[in-house]
Amino acid sequence: MNAIDSVRDILTRNMRQSGIVIAFLAIVVLFAALNPNFLSPTNLTNIVLQYSYILILAIGMVMIIVAGQIDLSVGSVVALTGAVSAVVVVREGMPWYLGVLAALVVGLLVGIWQGFWVAYVGIPGFIVTLAGMLLFRGLTFLVLDNKSLSPFGGTYYDIANGFLNGLLGGYGFDVFTLVIFAIAVIGYAVSQWRTRQGKIAYQQTVESMPLFVVKLVVIAAVVMWFGYQLSISRGLPIVLIILAVLIIAYTLITQKSVFGRHVYAVGGNRHAAELSGVKVRKVNFWIFVNMGVLASVAGIVYSSRMNGAQPGAGNMFELDAIAACFIGGASTTGGVGRVGGAMIGGLIMAVMSNGMQLMGVPQSMQQVVKGLVLLLAVAFDIYNKRRASVLR
Amino acid sequence: MSTILEMRSITKEFPGVKALSDVTLTVEQGEIHAICGENGAGKSTLMKVLSGVYPHGTYDGEIVFDGAPAEFGSINDSEQRGIVIIHQELALVPYLSVAENIFLGNETRNRFGMIDWNSANRRAAELLQRVGLKENPTTPVSQLGVGKQQLIEIAKALSKEVKLLILDEPTAALNDDDSEHLLELLRQLKGHGITSIIISHKLNEIEEIADRTTIIRDGRTIETLDMSEEGSTQDRIIRGMVGRDLEHRYPERSSVVGDEVLRVENWSVDHPTQIGRQIIVDASFNVRAGEVVGIAGLMGAGRTELAMSIFGRTYGRNIRGEVFKDGKPIQIRNVSEAIGHNIAYATEDRKHYGLNLIDDIRHNISAASLDKLAPRGWVNGNEELRVAEDYRGSLNIKTPNVLVDVGKLSGGNQQKVVLSKWLYTDPDVLILDEPTRGIDVGAKFEIYTIINKMVAAGKAVVVISSELPELLGICDRVYTLAFGRITGELPVAEATQERLMELMTIERDQPLPTKETAS
Repeated sequence: MNAIDSVRDILTRNMRQSGIVIAFLAIVVLFAALNPNFLSPTNLTNIVLQYSYILILAIGMVMIIVAGQIDLSVGSVVALTGAVSAVVVVREGMPWYLGVLAALVVGLLVGIWQGFWVAYVGIPGFIVTLAGMLLFRGLTFLVLDNKSLSPFGGTYYDIANGFLNGLLGGYGFDVFTLVIFAIAVIGYAVSQWRTRQGKIAYQQTVESMPLFVVKLVVIAAVVMWFGYQLSISRGLPIVLIILAVLIIAYTLITQKSVFGRHVYAVGGNRHAAELSGVKVRKVNFWIFVNMGVLASVAGIVYSSRMNGAQPGAGNMFELDAIAACFIGGASTTGGVGRVGGAMIGGLIMAVMSNGMQLMGVPQSMQQVVKGLVLLLAVAFDIYNKRRASVLR
Repeated sequence: MSTILEMRSITKEFPGVKALSDVTLTVEQGEIHAICGENGAGKSTLMKVLSGVYPHGTYDGEIVFDGAPAEFGSINDSEQRGIVIIHQELALVPYLSVAENIFLGNETRNRFGMIDWNSANRRAAELLQRVGLKENPTTPVSQLGVGKQQLIEIAKALSKEVKLLILDEPTAALNDDDSEHLLELLRQLKGHGITSIIISHKLNEIEEIADRTTIIRDGRTIETLDMSEEGSTQDRIIRGMVGRDLEHRYPERSSVVGDEVLRVENWSVDHPTQIGRQIIVDASFNVRAGEVVGIAGLMGAGRTELAMSIFGRTYGRNIRGEVFKDGKPIQIRNVSEAIGHNIAYATEDRKHYGLNLIDDIRHNISAASLDKLAPRGWVNGNEELRVAEDYRGSLNIKTPNVLVDVGKLSGGNQQKVVLSKWLYTDPDVLILDEPTRGIDVGAKFEIYTIINKMVAAGKAVVVISSELPELLGICDRVYTLAFGRITGELPVAEATQERLMELMTIERDQPLPTKETAS
């Protein structure tokens, strides 16, 4: 396969995915052109810090949506877990890690609760989590006694606001940050190389060597540039490490694990999955447990970033997370969607919000634009599907 | 007697299939006219042409109804002229009342454009009386049994000033009393000058009620029998229905039958929601290594229900009976246990129960045996692709590569993907439910060849089918299933289509013939 053919092949095979990547890059370029500060080191750091919790939620949400369900309660769960953590750390004065642990346990319990109703009682996720949205918001008010609790301070505060830097010294830029990014790039290159070798061993067609190298170099350059920008600002945000670990882990789980494949099977055709030996109830149960835990991680990050817990925290987060999934190519009827897509979908929303804020676009207008982007992304999806079925 | 309906030289083609070819049907005013034929013979297609489901222009030939040409563009057009069709699957809205259902889409409005419920309920009560149903018109339909629902469908038809009433398998889901009542009602309506066309597999009913019977086979009219004549018996109808030469060829196979692999004894299953309705009654059968066993049954006989209740209890409730695998009793509580016992079941409805249409061939083939590809929980994608490519080659799945979505394949190729999925689980027993439904002749031959390869490799195969020539062409032994009972077992050498059809139409209260020899 020559280079041009394989580029075309990559683009057409993943029209939806590549379309969304191109849209993302176009938006970045647009805002960079409109506002010189957009790509500044400080602002790039800000984007990561500001939207990390939405991206964490979107990771869990995309699995829920692929399985053909929805979770409307995550915003309330973010608030509840943050509140519990604040009670433990701020009110009771216990160490930060006990707050984290308490939040994770609450998230787990919430997940078990919702998973039970969806999987074993058979109530649609929409209803269970709509109830959960009210239920957990109410519990948040109870836990916090209708008052904000702050500040966390100390290590807990650093989870979402801290940076790893200076560990290897600095010369106007942070060496440690660059080393971590370099390790990540090398790791990525090695895994890509091994995948390629594996395919060759199984006599599959692979992209030509020059194209493979060019692809790696471009990705490495973009990632290293991003790393450099961070290193000349404040270094490596701790939350970025958390996010990166989650994205890598969940990409593997969804694409490579038996459980992940069962999630797609259930969402694609529940009956066929059942008749192929997939335990549908178990799958539904565990995706909600997983979502509960990830929502508590988001709750920890958010409360840390806000340096406190508010009764109204996390309001409407569920909608941002769901929108990220759909913009990122997930299907409303289940069976289709990827963690990577949801991350790009989330980043599109993040970049647009941030870019419009920098330009001083009023909040009202931002909402309008975000709504239109969601609508257009899904319209594009439907258009593509129709075209694909005509080409059949 | 005058002619109310004439369908002349009706030909209806679908891409690749001629469903009806030159069919002629003449129905006299005021008669009860039965239409008989095997599943897939074209009966339903003919009725869809008549009622306008397939609009004028999508078929060739002409229809004359009530003295004027009929060119219906939709069901509404045919209903306007007084043709009403009642489908096997009743089209009532369960949560609406009897009266609301009767006048659904046909509501009488008062001068403010609102529905006048008092007069609607009063008219509904009159119609209910005509069909002999003593129910309050405001009762929700879901509270009534199937038999009464059938009568409500007829009341609905009467409300539309029906001249020609078409009933598709009206008694298939009814018990004997309800069936008897329904047939009696048809006689009464005939007395009021309403003509009926009835499609039924229950030949004794046809013999009892029909004035004339038209037999359709392979999309052609074979003959129309006057049922008052001597010799117009059930046997005569069966001969007409199946009397074709074997058109499809079946690959040759020399069978080497080994030890018993699977035995099912006294298997009984109840309907999942209708309490007390037994779907499978005391069924027993077995299959041996290297053997193809057929289960012949008409639609609604309980074929799929039998197979699915065995395959991990995926159908029914209150399942009783025993399953033996290689002579040892086994418990199968769910599908993964069934797969664990090396039993596979390929569904009759591949689109809804067999395949994930929005995923690719590769993932569909591996779906039932991911554990094999993932020894440590992580799926080996390269191995998965190799497996899929292997099956693409060996089963001749026609596709450029295995990354194509299954929804884009033809029926035959989809069926090959289903077979690949189950072959990859390495089953000892493979239950194939209507393996050649809706696929073309060439692909059928390929599927038969695959079946032969499997039994040659010492596997046991159970084929469920309503196509008798198919069963006679590929099986070693055939069981007949009728109304949930195994009504007979014949070595293929002794089986004929006529004999099978007789056994397939034995109703539940009729005695079984003395046990055939089981070799």
